[in-house]
Amino acid sequence: IDQQPPVSGQTTPSRGPYIAVITNRNTNLGIRGFMLFSIGVFLALVLNLLQVQRNVTLFPPDVISSIFSSAWWVPPCCGTASAMIGLLYPCIDSRLGEPHKFKREWSSVMRCVAVFVGINHASAKVDFANNVQLSLTLAALSIGLWWTFDRSRSGFGLGVVIALLATLSTQLLVYNGVFQYTSPDFLYIRSWLPCIFFAGVITMGNIGRQLALYECKRMSGKTHQD
Amino acid sequence: MAMDCIGSSDAFKLGILGSIVRRSLDAPRRSVLAHPRTAPPDGRQLTPPPRMTVRERLREKISAAFYRHGLLCASYPVPIILFTSASILACCYPLLRLPLPGTGPVEFTTRVRDYTVPSHEPQGDLGEQPDWYRGPPVAYIQPVLVKAAVSPWDSTLVPVDVFRSPLGRVFSLLEEIRNHVHDDGSGIRSLEALCLQVTDLLPGLRRMQRVLPEHGCLLVSPGNYWQNQRELFDSDPDLLKTVHQHEPKGLHTSATLRDLLFGVPVKHTGVSLYSRKRVVTYTITMVLGSYDARFLSSLRARLRQLHPSVNCSLREDHMVHVHFKEEIGMAELIPLVTTYIILFAYIYFSTRKIDMVKSKWGLALAAVVTVLSSLLMSVGLCTLFGLTPTLNGGEIFPYLVVVIGLENVLVLTKSVVSTPVDLEVKLRIAQGLSNESWSIMKNMATELCIILIGYFTLVPAIQEFCLFAVVGLVSDFFLQMFFFTTVLSIDIRRMELADLNRRLPAEAGMPLPKPGPLRPREAPPPPRPSPHTITLQTPAFRNLRLPKRLRVVYFLARTRLAQRFIMVGTVIWIGILAYTDPAGLRTYLAAQVSEQSPLGDGGAGGLPPHLGVAPVFPGPGGDPVGTLSVLPAPAEPTPLPENQSQGHHGAPGEGVPLVPQISWGAEDEEGWRRLSFRHWPSLFSYYNITLAKRYISILPVIPITLHLSPREAIETRHPQDTRHPPPPSLKTNDLPADLTLYKVAALGLAAGVLLVLLLFCLYRVLCSRNYGQNGVAHGRRRRGDLPCDDYGYSPPISEISPLLLCGHSMDIECLASDGMLLASCCLAGQIRVWDTQTGDCLTVIPKHGLRRSSSSGCWEQRDGWDAVGVAEPENLGGGTEPGGGVFDEGEGYPLRRRTTPRPALFENQPDLTPLIDTNFDSQPPSHLLLTPPRDGFDFGGLVEKAYLEHEPPSPGLTASYPSPLSGPPPQRRRSLGYIQPPAPQGQETPDWESAVWAMELRGNLIAAGRSNGKLELWDAVEGSLRCSNEDGVSGITALAFLNNRIVAARLDGSLDFFTVDINKPLGLLQYRGPPGRSNMPPSPCYSSEDVISCQLTRSVQCAHQKPITVLRAAAGRVVTGSQDHTVRVYRLEDSCCLFTLQGHSGGITAIYIDQTMVLASGGQDGAICLWDVLTGSRVSHVYGHRGDVTSLVCTTSCVISSGLDDLICIWDRSTGIKLYSIQQEVGCGASLGVISESLLVTGGQGCVSFWDLNFGDLLQTVYLGQSSDGQGVRQLVVLNNAAIVCDFGSELSLVYVPSVLEKLD
Repeated sequence: IDQQPPVSGQTTPSRGPYIAVITNRNTNLGIRGFMLFSIGVFLALVLNLLQVQRNVTLFPPDVISSIFSSAWWVPPCCGTASAMIGLLYPCIDSRLGEPHKFKREWSSVMRCVAVFVGINHASAKVDFANNVQLSLTLAALSIGLWWTFDRSRSGFGLGVVIALLATLSTQLLVYNGVFQYTSPDFLYIRSWLPCIFFAGVITMGNIGRQLALYECKRMSGKTHQD
Repeated sequence: MAMDCIGSSDAFKLGILGSIVRRSLDAPRRSVLAHPRTAPPDGRQLTPPPRMTVRERLREKISAAFYRHGLLCASYPVPIILFTSASILACCYPLLRLPLPGTGPVEFTTRVRDYTVPSHEPQGDLGEQPDWYRGPPVAYIQPVLVKAAVSPWDSTLVPVDVFRSPLGRVFSLLEEIRNHVHDDGSGIRSLEALCLQVTDLLPGLRRMQRVLPEHGCLLVSPGNYWQNQRELFDSDPDLLKTVHQHEPKGLHTSATLRDLLFGVPVKHTGVSLYSRKRVVTYTITMVLGSYDARFLSSLRARLRQLHPSVNCSLREDHMVHVHFKEEIGMAELIPLVTTYIILFAYIYFSTRKIDMVKSKWGLALAAVVTVLSSLLMSVGLCTLFGLTPTLNGGEIFPYLVVVIGLENVLVLTKSVVSTPVDLEVKLRIAQGLSNESWSIMKNMATELCIILIGYFTLVPAIQEFCLFAVVGLVSDFFLQMFFFTTVLSIDIRRMELADLNRRLPAEAGMPLPKPGPLRPREAPPPPRPSPHTITLQTPAFRNLRLPKRLRVVYFLARTRLAQRFIMVGTVIWIGILAYTDPAGLRTYLAAQVSEQSPLGDGGAGGLPPHLGVAPVFPGPGGDPVGTLSVLPAPAEPTPLPENQSQGHHGAPGEGVPLVPQISWGAEDEEGWRRLSFRHWPSLFSYYNITLAKRYISILPVIPITLHLSPREAIETRHPQDTRHPPPPSLKTNDLPADLTLYKVAALGLAAGVLLVLLLFCLYRVLCSRNYGQNGVAHGRRRRGDLPCDDYGYSPPISEISPLLLCGHSMDIECLASDGMLLASCCLAGQIRVWDTQTGDCLTVIPKHGLRRSSSSGCWEQRDGWDAVGVAEPENLGGGTEPGGGVFDEGEGYPLRRRTTPRPALFENQPDLTPLIDTNFDSQPPSHLLLTPPRDGFDFGGLVEKAYLEHEPPSPGLTASYPSPLSGPPPQRRRSLGYIQPPAPQGQETPDWESAVWAMELRGNLIAAGRSNGKLELWDAVEGSLRCSNEDGVSGITALAFLNNRIVAARLDGSLDFFTVDINKPLGLLQYRGPPGRSNMPPSPCYSSEDVISCQLTRSVQCAHQKPITVLRAAAGRVVTGSQDHTVRVYRLEDSCCLFTLQGHSGGITAIYIDQTMVLASGGQDGAICLWDVLTGSRVSHVYGHRGDVTSLVCTTSCVISSGLDDLICIWDRSTGIKLYSIQQEVGCGASLGVISESLLVTGGQGCVSFWDLNFGDLLQTVYLGQSSDGQGVRQLVVLNNAAIVCDFGSELSLVYVPSVLEKLD
């Protein structure tokens, strides 16, 4: 079903140049990638701000510097990663031949993003007794996020794999001394990191799937949904 | 009632059963079906419950409970809403006790004498103590207020002398304070031991490192400018420059370094060359970590003794505790704002899905109100039971909303609106509720479980959040069940009333829609100079076509309601803030009251009257207390300064006292109030100590008065001090302060104007000129300004002119076209063939004396072209040519409603679908019962025919014209010139006795199906009857002509397949196709010499249990839709039934199939189903219309449907999401056509309208005739050369769309 509209869409010649550009597969891919990238950068900046807040209660007047207080390469990395994840999810869905049908609506996606931000908020602001408790809580929240908004096995598997990979690469970076955490609790890194990564992967995958819905639509759908 | 004595689940079943019985009462035919089941009246045999699992029983119980609840809610809406509002208010009542949100600090005053550090535990007995007054404060502030003056003032003194020597005294005072030691029996105490020890400054404050103390006591005084060293002070050539060099550049309103060090606002320090009073004021601020009353009192006594302030009577018995609220900095604001943006996006995307209700905005508002008030209720309930919220409400609020969610509300709405519309409102609500009851309960249980798990994390913050969420969820459920359901029932009832209002005129056959509440005024047709030009609608008419929600938006925009509301709210908010701010109105009012009371401080005696100049405002904040600073006077002026001030008056013209007078007033008691409220937080924040949610205690001030002799002033002078000129003019003394104010105001104004201009330019550049008027995304662009040239679909106005094809004497009934030729048949049975290029009438059947068309030569030429396109014989029946029958169903229903009450039977019976068994083989008796008798009693057959007649005439005309059943009257036939057409075969005689019910045109063969079951083939060019077939007796209701096959659907539900045989082989058939049009399938062309025979190859006797209503053929498939709620797909070659598609809960009224095997069907239940023809599976199933779906068209991306509710809905084909809908005027939503991928044409009252499918914009309306009233366009055929043919009473209109032609090529 998902494959049919683009095929028939290509056969109709009566389209303006703008519509043709939008429906062009590669351009569409580019647009989606760019949107995912910017979402990732934005979320990285905002969530980083949340994490920074945990240590410093009052800020000196220059806010801008605290937004960009982390290394410059962190937001682009997050953006790239989220773009890749967001493009990977619908791709894998179509490869596996099981289109994701669960709650494909923007409101659900927005809910998912809000819960993701909330998980970050909780990890940054709530005082936990110990790190085990924090990690367990976050893990439960992340699984809950997956169950509420995704419920696909491919999504879960991809999330776990990417979270593990991301944690591993962070670990490598920390080992090489690129940066370090203020209070590492588990082998030089924070133990809640995989949970956050997992939740982030689920969220970005959700956004990417929702955006991919537009690929099979044409210009009309695009303008009206936007 | 029997309801009472049977179980609850049975009551629920009876409810549904009742609806069945109710319907079967007014449906005698239906009762045949329902009879064996409804015979036992108790309904227990409807679903025999043998063994149900616990889950099923639970489900049934829940469903029944919801059903009864829905009935309750819909029956008593007003009491329930009142009850709900009362309970909301009651639950929110405890919220009144919570403090108003604000950012200003809060104060609490205690007595110094019996002060003890408050304990951490709350004490119940001290009712007036605020909640925050617990535990020790962050610090105690002990200010030492120094007022110093050189007196008597000497004319030899230079301006610098005003402050150099007084400032110089600070070092000795500091020495004194630091070295003060109090020794009583218990031990020796010094400042070092008591003061607040600070460490490093924050790393970002390098520039302040030399000024602010580090690693030691936090003791702040002006001496810090010179590192507390007298030598540095003495050697400083320019004191003012030293002070100024630490000031931040640019505008900085609060808590500058100067304020911090001097401890009084800048203007009150007197450290200026233009000081008028020549009194220098500054504060030595001691910050103490712990409180020792004896040390402080000994210090106070000591300082007093050294520097007596004779005229000072400041109260010393109160200490003020200042509590600071949570700081919201920019850095914290950004994530907060982000979460709120996400929240609003969530609400937006959720409420957008509410549809098919009377007032979409009203319901969205109700949904949001439900969620918000449930949150308020949860907070209120939690506070009622003693749980005080410690979390930041603003931060967790978005997450609470997201957790509670709007989903249930939307699910409820969707479920209720998808119940059958003809049910009573009560039953609809009840059914909708009970349908969704299980999923609602399941979701709620799941959410509660998740929250419960969260509660067991044992993290206090999460526990509190979970508690709020649980209470919120429960109260949200309560509100959904009571408040929202009731609102929904009211809305649905309103919708039905409005429907009734709108439907009445149409059903009564009135040509003009009655001016109802929705259409307040029927605008007269605009005056037009010539009949065939395009006229834009007048604005009033434009307004009529706006949907309701748009009008709400426009109303809001016109009255600026929201804007005014926000403005009023802002004003109130500002007022509250100004009132509650510590430096605000309340203090001012209190001061005023205390001043006016006789017990207040004494009269204004001390100040010379000429000092009462315009009040100097202390800061940009406009601190009203500052205005008091010149008014009050020393409480009890002692004789000495009184005498001094009186005696030393200089020349009155100069206006300056020679002896600066040091006075102590009430404003000095709490001098820190004049500082910015961010003074203390910023001082502490430099050392990374936050005051947020904590408090400091400010001890009573220690006043110090210093009188310096002129000699001392001269001695301490720096050599460079004398180079400062004396003040030039004393008149302008106060101007600098005011000037900054004016400067700030002017700059701000200029910046604002610039910003507005810039935004305006940006708006002009970026946005098209209609952007702002578009309003809602799927709103309609007004017609006055047609900006559609970007897309190329807006044809120049002069180019569209309809071409009227006149000739028929009666209303046109059938239309058929193959692109080149157009055949039309009127009620009188006359068939005319037109050339679609020129509009010439080629043939008239029956002929007026064998008149031949003048353009036959043209035909020969075309035959020559057709030889090219022999290649694709399979590709017949193109999708772009839906044929004349697509658009002609819709008009039938009003008529049917009017003539017979029966149509109500067949509408919307979703719950009956399982009862209908379409399996013929297994149930022969019921089959026999169900099929109407073919040759039975006459009357029933006649009524049946009238009911099933495929193309009935328009409602307004049936009264005056004979019904097609009875056939045209004989005299009419004779007057038309009845001539026996020359039949080449000789044996064929055309039948003029019966009416033509269906017609198809392929090549130059016209296939006409008559009411007596005869199928005739006519030559379109010659006008001669080529063959006829009389195998069937039942009337042909629909025809499909594909390749060389003809499929005819008959009145009795049977389907006949005919083969057209020509006496030469098929391969030699000539094909005629339009030149250069590749997507158009070529049509076979039969030359007049061929002998054509038409043979019945297969007859499917009972294709459907009920009459076939729709017949479509494309891509080698024949699809039939019937009243029996099913769609059947047949293969054309072997007439084999491939699929029976079930899914509709009403009779099928519209079907669309095209070359790409897309099959869409619409039924009387308002549902639209998309099917996969290859597998027979249902792809999607959407509800979009109230009432029948009258026609359906698909493009590659969307499905367009129109319904009896005059609504045109555009759906996304792949997802089934409704993109937008167009509300049309009454009675013209039936005819539809798609010209290109993005151009839709609809018929209206005497006009056709063109729409841009991408945006839902009305592009143009073309008026067909002089008078636009009465005649509606009922059928609309889109020809492939981008012309539109529509029937317009007895005339045909041919409208060319030239720019679309370019678009297609």
